[in-house]
Amino acid sequence: MSSVDQIQDLTKQEYKWGFVTSVEEDRLPPGLNEDVVRALVAKKGEPDFMLEWRLKAYRHWASLQAKDAEPKWANVHYAPIDYQAISYYSAPKAKKELKSLDEVDPEILDTYAKLGIPLHEQKLLAGVAVDAVFDSVSVATTFKAKLAEAGVIFCSFSEAVKNHPDLVKKYLGSVVPYTDNFFAALNSAVFSDGSFCYVPKGVRCPMELSTYFRINAQNTGQFERTLIIADEGAYVSYLEGCTAPVRDENQLHAAVVELIAHDNATIKYSTVQNWYPGDKEGKGGIYNFVTKRGKCLGKNSKISWTQVETGSAITWKYPSCILQGDNSVGEFYSVALTNNYQQADTGTKMIHIGKNTRSTIVSKGISAGHGQNTYRGGVKILKGAKGARNYTQCDSLLIGDKCGAHTFPYIEVKNASARMEHEASTSKIGEDQIFYLQQRGISKEEAVSMIINGFCKAVFRELPMEFAVEAQKLLSISLEGSVG
Amino acid sequence: MSLLEIKNLHASVNGVEILKGIDLTINPGEVHSIMGPNGSGKSTLAGVLARRESYEVTRGQITFNGKDLLEMKPEEAACEGLFLAFQYPVEIPGISNAYFLRTALNAVRKYRGQEELDAMDFLPLLRDRMRLLEMDEKFLNRPVNEGFSGGEKKRNEIVQMAVLQPTLAVLDETDSGLDIDALKVVANGVNSMRSKDRSFLVVTHYQRLLNYIVPDFVHVLVNGKIVKSGGKELALELEEKGYGWTEPETAGARR
Repeated sequence: MSSVDQIQDLTKQEYKWGFVTSVEEDRLPPGLNEDVVRALVAKKGEPDFMLEWRLKAYRHWASLQAKDAEPKWANVHYAPIDYQAISYYSAPKAKKELKSLDEVDPEILDTYAKLGIPLHEQKLLAGVAVDAVFDSVSVATTFKAKLAEAGVIFCSFSEAVKNHPDLVKKYLGSVVPYTDNFFAALNSAVFSDGSFCYVPKGVRCPMELSTYFRINAQNTGQFERTLIIADEGAYVSYLEGCTAPVRDENQLHAAVVELIAHDNATIKYSTVQNWYPGDKEGKGGIYNFVTKRGKCLGKNSKISWTQVETGSAITWKYPSCILQGDNSVGEFYSVALTNNYQQADTGTKMIHIGKNTRSTIVSKGISAGHGQNTYRGGVKILKGAKGARNYTQCDSLLIGDKCGAHTFPYIEVKNASARMEHEASTSKIGEDQIFYLQQRGISKEEAVSMIINGFCKAVFRELPMEFAVEAQKLLSISLEGSVG
Repeated sequence: MSLLEIKNLHASVNGVEILKGIDLTINPGEVHSIMGPNGSGKSTLAGVLARRESYEVTRGQITFNGKDLLEMKPEEAACEGLFLAFQYPVEIPGISNAYFLRTALNAVRKYRGQEELDAMDFLPLLRDRMRLLEMDEKFLNRPVNEGFSGGEKKRNEIVQMAVLQPTLAVLDETDSGLDIDALKVVANGVNSMRSKDRSFLVVTHYQRLLNYIVPDFVHVLVNGKIVKSGGKELALELEEKGYGWTEPETAGARR
């Protein structure tokens, strides 16, 4: 079957990954207080430094909550979240220590199969290591040996806390402190698991790293924590893909991702986000309130974010770069699509501190149905950032006449030697373009999909090949029924 | 059996009647030319044939390949073998010429129950057609029509026609914006495709193109009606006397 056929088939599907796996769960009762944090730490067997840090974070969050300081500035609208109605921990019941995939609950493996995540042979063939997070606990990790050979540490956050506490202690919260914002504080208090990666000096990580997150348990907010450190001269490319089952009630996802790049190191972080967006009437769907930030700590370091956001009822997400090291480079490439009643307020912040720091922002927003799509980007050139440069390109595409595109660029320059470029465009998908493709024999749906993929090309080419294909499929699925 | 049969066609654009009763029959292998002054409805006729949605057919029938053309979607008409070379080809940013054309050809092949071509089979075919139109290979990977000159866009239309091998090709003012050398290249491309199984409807304002693509029949369209039909010599007569010459016969169609 050609890829065209596949895309065509896919456009006809309902949200395909809406199924529920029935696995016995170990979960905390709903509600959040200091005892819940303590219970969580106990369940996970974490050391004292984690307990202290989590409690501080909890107290900070509780103080914000008491002041009703949940952020309201984003251009998104939703009913108040009852944080006491959420259960903050849920794990598939571990019957015993797992030594191999054969011991993993077959139902979970079946779920992965449905998701098209070939954990065994196919990933092996593709050369991708997968740290699969099922609900909140990592149940399977592959390719450890090969990575270990290169000296790369890639494991679940829980394992990192156990086996590499010094690294965790040193870097956790160093880019996104728990005081950063409301959701970062919440995440710091209750995050249950996530991924950890450390690439030592001079090592080029021998494979693309990928983690598939998946919300499964009903009413379980998922709070992931990711920490990636590239030491001097190291290189790592990390892929993250998400999908979640159909649920009626809104689910909160408040992840935190921290990246640290030392001298001459490069981190490339790619995301395809496909959480359940809610139904056609805007019922249900994930609230995706994520804090992602990278710090180019060392000179000549580089952090590159690429994201394709097609899912979630509400997205609130600004993968950012702190360009501290001289000559460091920050990049942000984004495709955000909102269909039906989805809302997205997404963008980036580039904070230029070091000399000759450079940043590139390419944002492509697509709105269809009643979707509302906001680009919010900040570029800050601090006093010492002599010779800093930024290029921003921000394009919006509208499909239909009930959706909206909004752009809020914030630019702050405190060093006169900075060079800033900003380009922005808003266009409607052209009847003429669609007709032209149809006249050549291409169906209307496929024509739209093609035009959109062309619009997003500048972002897709930043994705690893495998992800680029997936991203195109996702756009087609997400736009299903949006063109009459 | 005729390939295309238009009977008493009336069509409106934005509520204004543009075509006011057209009758035209094209048999396989024939080359017809529609000539007429600006605003006479030439491009509207081309658009109606290609099933442009915003052009509303208010009366009449069109039979193509023995089927009701007015029942077809644009892509179905295309798959049935109808090709429109656009007067103003649009740009599709981010999609390469090669990818676009392969997708189009495979859509057509699939419709006809033929096997789809992979990139390995398709590229040599496309290269061959591009040589015919003297187009540089760099256009393979350039986004569709983006940054092309006017002449390059028109040549690209004929490349597409040569790849898709339609049974009826409608050329809508393909000569506009072409210099004489490009005109010859385009005409050569078209002439090389003439066959007993393929028909052309050449829409043009000027007689110039018809020196190179010599039609079997010429029709003069004025104010939404065909007011005169004849052989290729009619085009020369028009060139000499101007469109005003046909006006007395339009029976009040124009002032």
